[in-house]
Amino acid sequence: MKPPPFDYARASSVEDAVAFLAEHRDEAKIIAGGQSLMPMLAFRIATPKLLVDIGPIATLRGISVDDRGVTLGALVRWRDIQRHAELPHAHPLLVEAVKHVAHYQIRNRGTVGGSLAHADPAAEFPGIAVACEAEIEIASSNGRRTVMANEFFLDSLTTALAPDELIVSVRLPPWKSGRHWAFDEFARRRGDFALAGVALFFDLHQGHVVEPHIAAIGIGARPVRLAIVEQTLAGKAVEAITIREAVAAAIASIDPPGDIHAPGDYRRALFGVLLERALAQAAGLQVAELA
Amino acid sequence: MATRTTRFTVNGKQVQVDLEPRTSLADALRYHLKLTGTHVGCEHGVCGACTIISDGAAIRSCLMLAAQADGMQITTIEGLSRGCGEALGPLAASFKKHHALQCGFCTPGILITAHALLSEEPTADADRIREVLSGNLCRCTGYVSIIDAVLDARPAYQNQKAAE
Repeated sequence: MKPPPFDYARASSVEDAVAFLAEHRDEAKIIAGGQSLMPMLAFRIATPKLLVDIGPIATLRGISVDDRGVTLGALVRWRDIQRHAELPHAHPLLVEAVKHVAHYQIRNRGTVGGSLAHADPAAEFPGIAVACEAEIEIASSNGRRTVMANEFFLDSLTTALAPDELIVSVRLPPWKSGRHWAFDEFARRRGDFALAGVALFFDLHQGHVVEPHIAAIGIGARPVRLAIVEQTLAGKAVEAITIREAVAAAIASIDPPGDIHAPGDYRRALFGVLLERALAQAAGLQVAELA
Repeated sequence: MATRTTRFTVNGKQVQVDLEPRTSLADALRYHLKLTGTHVGCEHGVCGACTIISDGAAIRSCLMLAAQADGMQITTIEGLSRGCGEALGPLAASFKKHHALQCGFCTPGILITAHALLSEEPTADADRIREVLSGNLCRCTGYVSIIDAVLDARPAYQNQKAAE
């Protein structure tokens, strides 16, 4: 379980980091917290010739909350989100989801940029990014560009990031006060990757659902929004019957793969249960009231 | 592969290591600084045995390169009893009292994790302690005695916090 040999460089600025990437491209890999990359190196799944450590770049550590929403620098750790005074009000869904990320020690070092770049299909933060229509700011030696989260995740562990590009920050659009939301997932053991999970929110206008956002994690190669479920909910009051219809639409529309951890049918049924609970919670209903 | 020089502080002492960049912080501590109290179990961030404290936060030293520790303040299990003389620190004493270990392999990682937790949250309840220690695998005890020991060590950390 020792990584193969590689060179190591410390980047002191974003410009510095992207210059290394421009020169070494496919042979270089960015390391931040290393909580996903270090196991990949230990298993020799990743075998870069050069690791570019962006840890020293202080400008990537900021959290800002303003009328453009919540902007998280690539080096923001889960710990920083959990200890931030404004975020419980500014983005309660984000704060709740972060509680489910791995274990205490991992949350103390893992970063939002690393989670996006690694793109594990069951990871919480990519699911939040897709649910919230996050914008991911990316830098290269040619300048900067912004990619929407739903166009960023292409496949399991595969993103729209080119070999010479670095994630700089991610912005979650402003969170409306009074919004209804829930996050839930199921893992066999606390801290394991979830077998399935759901992140959702909606606003209510005169008791009826406006702009529902329903995202699923762990049920496919990448986090996805479930448009059919959103259409089922839009314009309706969230009652037992609406929730049943939404769950039925979800179960009919998803096709999770089976693997060593759970068969596809199990994941489908599990997602239905999680969605039911999450919708009930977001609407302030007891699950018992749904029967 | 060329070696790289990295300087950081371990248990209050400045150290310098010249290592291949692929060397984990766990291996640097054990093989180069001879601080073998930090145990290495799985080497891929699952078991928690190698937990150390870097700049105040408990982390897994197998999931960090020694080179990344440049300029950091590191605390290992050897640093936990600093200032206690021959006596055990409050957590270790509580672990002894509650028989919170059997084979002892996971114990350094659990003590470090609990120390980091109680230093930040001296009133952590049993649920919080259980949640935090879910990142440390112990195959002997069943955890009950470990949770009891951590709960029982809280007054020492609360007094320390009050004295600050």
